[in-house]
Amino acid sequence: MRKGWMKKRIITLTLLAVAVLFIVLGISQGDYYSTLQKAVRICLECIGIG
Amino acid sequence: MDKKKRLFIQLLSCLLHNANLPGFFTGRIYQGPAKGICAPGLNCYSCPGAVCSCPIGALQASIGQSGRKLPLYIAGTLVLFGALLGRGICAFLCPFGLFQELLYKIPSKKFKKSSLSRKASLLKYLVLGIFVVYLPLFYLAKNGVGSPAFCKFICPAGTLEGGLPLMAANSRLRVIAGALFGWKLFVLVFVAIASVFLYRAFCRFICPLGAIYSLFNHYALFGVEVNESECIGCNECVKACKLDTKAINDRECIRCAECAGVCPRGAVAVGGTGKEKKWRINRKES
Repeated sequence: MRKGWMKKRIITLTLLAVAVLFIVLGISQGDYYSTLQKAVRICLECIGIG
Repeated sequence: MDKKKRLFIQLLSCLLHNANLPGFFTGRIYQGPAKGICAPGLNCYSCPGAVCSCPIGALQASIGQSGRKLPLYIAGTLVLFGALLGRGICAFLCPFGLFQELLYKIPSKKFKKSSLSRKASLLKYLVLGIFVVYLPLFYLAKNGVGSPAFCKFICPAGTLEGGLPLMAANSRLRVIAGALFGWKLFVLVFVAIASVFLYRAFCRFICPLGAIYSLFNHYALFGVEVNESECIGCNECVKACKLDTKAINDRECIRCAECAGVCPRGAVAVGGTGKEKKWRINRKES
């Protein structure tokens, strides 16, 4: 059981590391600003107009 | 987990997702730097109260522009939330999940889960594939940017949290609302009525965000865990669950931990660290 738990936790930590890597790479390619630009305007599609 | 504690966390999360309260009166959305960060739950970024982005809206926008680059930032954010909590986000943090749970409290005939509802729960993966990935990627608008098809044609959270409050506060928007708004209003009303009779109808059958988080359910750091040495396989946890679960932490489990209260051996607990001392052994039988 302990072995299975270790394997599961290794996968979890790998996922967390990949997530952080993706976020850092995403920010470096300007994704934060493109998300911000989209989100600060009223999304007409979202509210059912566009 | 105590139902009242969970409800308190859900209400607090709903408030934090929509902390820009003056926006509901002015009809203006928040435009600060936090809007560039995704919230964990399904919460429309065009809601006047929203202080963060909707992960599904941001994902579609990012996929729609992915001819230029991979949507790493949003993908990373979703993996981060998924690896930390899995579908626990649905149970504790999602404002639209709270909305459905409150509707389910209305006294009425309740439809229980069945093999049909279990099969129907696969529909959300189809919604994810077609409306969140395929259409934004391949169905490009005239300007070459993909259309956020899920937001546009399905998302009832957008109508509830964005459409209705903005229309109420902004007369210009009311003038330009047309057939699409009528359709989206119909979807919202349909989901709301269904949620009175079916527990979390939208989460179970349609929500693409739940579909994404379900992929991480087995590996998420915090959530419900079963002490295998105490479990007697009586299946009381699955029988008590109102969702289409077949086992704790399977794709349909939202990790609400309500099953911990029905386990005769106390083998179910909120965990994450895996330490034995966390288990509440409640041996009524032995």
